[in-house]
Amino acid sequence: MSVGIVGYGAFIPRRRIKLEEIAKVWGADAPSYKRGLQLHEKSVPGADEDTVTMSVEAARNAFARSGGVDPVEVGALYVGSESHPYAVKPSGTIVAEAIGATPDIHIADFEFACKAGTESMFVAQALVRAGEVKYAIGIGADTSQGAPGDALEYSAAAGAAAFIFGDDDDRNLAEILATYSWTTDTPDFWRREYMHYPRHGSRFTGEPAYFRTTMSSAKGIMEKNGLKPGDFAHAIFHQPNGKFPMRVGKKLGFTNEQLETGWLSPWLGNTYSGASPIGLTAVLDIAKPGDLVLITSFGSGAGSDSFVLRVTDRVEEVRDLAARTRPQLDENQIYVDYGTYAKLRGKIRMAE
Amino acid sequence: MRDVAVVGVGMTDFGELWGKSLRTIWAEAALAALADAEVQKIDLITIGCMSPGLFVGQEHLASLLADELGMAGTAASRVESACASGGLALRTGFAEIASGLSDTVLVTGVEKMNDVDGADATYALGTAADQEWEGFHGITFPGLYAMLARAHMQRFGTTVEQLAAVAVKNHANGLLNPHAQYHLKLTIESALASTMVADPLRLMDCSPVTDGAAALVLTTVEKAEKLAGHRPIVKISGSGLATDTISLANREDLTELKAVRLAADRAYAMAGKKPEDLDVVEVHDCFTIAEIMATEALGLFEPGKGAQAAEDGLTAIGGKIPVNTSGGLKSKGHPVGATGVAQVAEIATQLRGEAGDRQVAGAKTGLAQNMGGSGGSSIVHILEVAS
Amino acid sequence: MISPGRSWREFPQRYRLEAEKCTVCGKIHYPPRVTCSKCGARTFESLVLPREGKVVTFTVVRVPPAGFTEQTPLPVAIVEVMDGVRLMVQIGDVADPDEIEIGMPVRLEFRRISSDGEAGLIFYGHKAVPRLDA
Repeated sequence: MSVGIVGYGAFIPRRRIKLEEIAKVWGADAPSYKRGLQLHEKSVPGADEDTVTMSVEAARNAFARSGGVDPVEVGALYVGSESHPYAVKPSGTIVAEAIGATPDIHIADFEFACKAGTESMFVAQALVRAGEVKYAIGIGADTSQGAPGDALEYSAAAGAAAFIFGDDDDRNLAEILATYSWTTDTPDFWRREYMHYPRHGSRFTGEPAYFRTTMSSAKGIMEKNGLKPGDFAHAIFHQPNGKFPMRVGKKLGFTNEQLETGWLSPWLGNTYSGASPIGLTAVLDIAKPGDLVLITSFGSGAGSDSFVLRVTDRVEEVRDLAARTRPQLDENQIYVDYGTYAKLRGKIRMAE
Repeated sequence: MRDVAVVGVGMTDFGELWGKSLRTIWAEAALAALADAEVQKIDLITIGCMSPGLFVGQEHLASLLADELGMAGTAASRVESACASGGLALRTGFAEIASGLSDTVLVTGVEKMNDVDGADATYALGTAADQEWEGFHGITFPGLYAMLARAHMQRFGTTVEQLAAVAVKNHANGLLNPHAQYHLKLTIESALASTMVADPLRLMDCSPVTDGAAALVLTTVEKAEKLAGHRPIVKISGSGLATDTISLANREDLTELKAVRLAADRAYAMAGKKPEDLDVVEVHDCFTIAEIMATEALGLFEPGKGAQAAEDGLTAIGGKIPVNTSGGLKSKGHPVGATGVAQVAEIATQLRGEAGDRQVAGAKTGLAQNMGGSGGSSIVHILEVAS
Repeated sequence: MISPGRSWREFPQRYRLEAEKCTVCGKIHYPPRVTCSKCGARTFESLVLPREGKVVTFTVVRVPPAGFTEQTPLPVAIVEVMDGVRLMVQIGDVADPDEIEIGMPVRLEFRRISSDGEAGLIFYGHKAVPRLDA
């Protein structure tokens, strides 16, 4: 008996904005931003999309791949985000109601900057492992904001990934072999209540925050389990821009081939709590049975959750039962200009 | 059933009547009709008003308005069927006399729409649709009729130019109506260039927001003969009332206004008349497409042929069957609760030969079609000169 | 203008597209109602509507009602999901409203429909989005 993922799904909104569009408005040098951040474009949620709507569709994709898991059998559902639609009133209850999983269910919303998604996953799978519930769902979803004219405006994007965890050997498409978290109080990025936009510690967000935390988490899980980078077919890191995940991956000893499938940020942007989870769905879309996969998230404040998974035969039978991630990213995009982007993101002051 | 006649007609100007409240405009129309009729005693006042509650925060019009006229004590009743409230007020009065419950009824319709802003007026009008399953999604009335227009265009090839032709005709007629809200000469070009409201309907396809009131006095034909003098006696020979599904998603056929067809069938049957017998017609052109579809449902034209008929001038004054000689809702204005009564005021005026420049020569039989919402209810009355 | 109680009452239809089928004549009602609109019977079995359909008619609302200003221009359609079952929904994710056609295949997706201002409840439901793989 092993605990694993019995269904997975991602949802990426169709709209995009190119970096040049944003740079133009602020008089910034687009090519140098693109090089520096390794970002080309990012996803933009419609006025009708938010953490809840994307979570519902990602969860529906996960159920489509689950071999018939009935939502009423789900014992717990967690949504991790830093852009929950309500400050008080859980996203998880709306998602659970929409997928038909209520009322015999435990629900909570998680928050921890960009790692709220893997937190949901962490707790969901732990509950299954403890024998408390038969199935549990962990979702990471965000429609985060970047302050106008700030560096974060180039990367703050929207997306969701949902994972159904269970201990059905017949249904597992990826077993969870190990988990590990590395967490300290590192004030690199924050938002106070009632403020619209987050603030960050500039270069402090790099080495002392992102790199120290993710490297400690990834090294920690490998050391504790006697694993080396070469053992993995794929590695996914939190991706606040295009550059950081590649740099941390290389520093740890991973190759381009291992990193590139889960590396979506140059075209997706930073989907915050969705970032490494969506990367994981892209890997599951193409991974081969027996592949070992490392996923290491990062949340400012700061912490990193790592998981080691082993892909099973079943992944090949189910991956096409719902929309794959890369086509959602690469096809049918709707490009918007900055004015439309500002309208959709609520950056224009409307009449009361 | 006793025979019922229209013996008095009155209305206010229709428009943005900033200086006048609901009770004032109503009283003016009522008094005009009473003066025209010269009756001694009113047994009942009926009031058609779609939503005084949402437009002016006032309900209980029966009491308020009877009192306003100095007739506190008289029986009174406010009725509602969205934009067909006026027609329903007439139907109610007609039935009271026909059945013998009343001898003389003051039938009125009123709406005061400009005391709320545009967004609130749109909301109030929107309550004529299915609030939960249509309004919830952000649809507006122009949007609902736009969907009907698109279905009609898809099935029958109706064009936007043909829709514009209806607006142009109605504005031409409105120029001849001193009470009309708009006195402007509209061309096809400027209609087609007007702002898009809900594709494919533009501003010039839509009736306006209007304040106004209209009134009729009804009594038995027997009494009318004593009051008439040398004027023709105008008899209500047919009355038909019908409903259809409120929401468009449940309509059997989106290209047909079934409530209008059913109401018309009932009115024609009661009157012993057929569409060919009509000399003049007022229809509920809340939107240009509504006029086209109403003329088809009334049997004036075959399904799908109403648009071409309008474009060919068949519905102009002097045409084969003049429609909306008053200017229609489009140029006369559409104070929702008053419209159904104002339509019959126009038909009665035509049948009395008192329509001036708008007169249809020799008009002896007329029909007024009033409709609620997107066709969820309709009321049709047929009037003729009693011999 | 939708109270918490009313919005909650409607969740089965808004969130899960729950409908009812008359056990006597088989007519499907969405939303459910007290008596069958075809045969008058009062016994029903539940079902969930499929989330694929096609556009029967549509418009693009350019002058929005209160609460929908940010979503303008707003395409709204009548979509048919199974024989005879039609519902009104907005059309989302359309780059250019001119690309909407009668007969266009659509999928129903969970979306935010409106909210009671900045401080009030958010109302979720389904919208039709173009089904690009059809």
